[in-house]
Amino acid sequence: MAAVVLYSVEEPAIITREPRYFPPASDWRSRMGREAVGALRNAGRAMILLSEAIMSIRFVPTRRSRRETIHQMFVGGIKSLTVITVVATFTGMILALQTGIEMRRFGQEVYIGAAVMVSMLREMGPFMTGLILAASVGSSIAAQMGTMVVSEEIAALELMSINPVRYLVMPRLVAMMIMTPLLSFYSCIMGVMGGGIVGMTQLNVPWAAYIDNAIRFAENKDLFVGMLKAFLFGIIIVITACHQGFATTQGAVGVGNATRRTVILSFLSILVVGYMITRMFYV
Amino acid sequence: MMIQLENVTKILGTRNVLDGVNLEVRKGETLVIVGPSGTGKSVTLKHMVRLMTPDEGRIVVDGRVVSEASGQELESIRDQFGVLFQGGALLEWLDVAENVALPLREKTKLSNDEIMAKVIEKLTMVGLEKDIDKFPAEISGGMRKRVGLARAIVTNPKIILYDEPTSGLDPVSSRMIDRLIEHLRVELGVTSVVVTHDLHSALSIGTRIAMLFQGKIIELAEPAEFVKSKVEEVQQFLEAQFITVRGEWEKHGL
Repeated sequence: MAAVVLYSVEEPAIITREPRYFPPASDWRSRMGREAVGALRNAGRAMILLSEAIMSIRFVPTRRSRRETIHQMFVGGIKSLTVITVVATFTGMILALQTGIEMRRFGQEVYIGAAVMVSMLREMGPFMTGLILAASVGSSIAAQMGTMVVSEEIAALELMSINPVRYLVMPRLVAMMIMTPLLSFYSCIMGVMGGGIVGMTQLNVPWAAYIDNAIRFAENKDLFVGMLKAFLFGIIIVITACHQGFATTQGAVGVGNATRRTVILSFLSILVVGYMITRMFYV
Repeated sequence: MMIQLENVTKILGTRNVLDGVNLEVRKGETLVIVGPSGTGKSVTLKHMVRLMTPDEGRIVVDGRVVSEASGQELESIRDQFGVLFQGGALLEWLDVAENVALPLREKTKLSNDEIMAKVIEKLTMVGLEKDIDKFPAEISGGMRKRVGLARAIVTNPKIILYDEPTSGLDPVSSRMIDRLIEHLRVELGVTSVVVTHDLHSALSIGTRIAMLFQGKIIELAEPAEFVKSKVEEVQQFLEAQFITVRGEWEKHGL
């Protein structure tokens, strides 16, 4: 389905948009109203973009889409491994140290494995992974899309009847839907390892006891909820980045603004969605 | 008529960029639109492929109203066009050959050999057959524009829109592009609309030249008549590029 179908005649193309001009707002109420309408319109556009990208997933098996998706998995996932390894390991170490110090007062420091494992699986793993990917991959996607809009590459694609959503958004979406949960799981492992090292060296907790407690207290539900969060965070990052990138105007300044907005909106969305999922499954 | 703009008005902000423009592009002609910067030349081109929608009026392409088309109809109208953008609009992660091949790979079922044969043919036409494996970042601005032109013509479109095809090019490359535009018109009957500041180029390739000034067409004539125009803005534009009719030169003893 062509990108244009979901838009009214007034707006024939979802990507290449005409600049819209409004007269200056007369007072603060007008400004607030305009901001609210703008936010709702952007949310709606992002949802349309998401639905189009999801409808395009059926094209993944084609050779070009498959190759592009694998490339994006490498760019978005594998290239983030180093920073995720460092952040996750230190997050696990900090968690172990903070909880261990408190639990030692009650002689329960042997249970830090459980605390680190559950925290990492439920919250910290997907949360840290989401933030890192939003800052690195999300900003990069927004900058790339924004530059393509400014240099008329998106318009060129539309004029060649190549759907930019299928060509650009869908491979990135699929790549992040796969890579974010995997990276989240990896960050959990690294966090638990980091916690174990601190437990062994700082808190005198034997490695075997630490791992035994970590595995014993973790439930399949924790793993599922963590992976679900990571999966949704991946979608949020790609759609926010592509939507902001496609909405770029005003050249290099606009690209910078799109990148900044992508990171801020992704962070906020990750926090809100993370809370809602936790509330849905644990309250 | 291949393209008709009927009373097209476009307001951007508080400015009437196009103010009731009426313009007809005949089948098989090269219509050149000239005018100072910011007078709506590129906006006019964008309306023809509906990258912009008029506030008033309508645009008809080969009997179909592009300004009201959507979905597959818009796609099929756009399929008749090849567009050369100002900066070439090449995809940075594809090499020159793949950039040119892109519309063929996405829209046709040709084999790889057939696609590459067409790509090399078009790149040869723009003098870049030796640069097929370079990436856009490795070539000059002028070369990017020529690659963009090769991509615009690779599907053999009926209509080609050129947005500043010779700006930023050296004189030799500019004349080569001019010859190519002329070749496409004479040999293949392609209809072209060219937006340019370069009057030398306009006079050599245009079958008719239109001057856009403050959102209105103030002159539309064949090149020989255009240079004799009595419209003051046209005369100023011609003089600014040292173009005048022979009599004027003689009158000044030059």
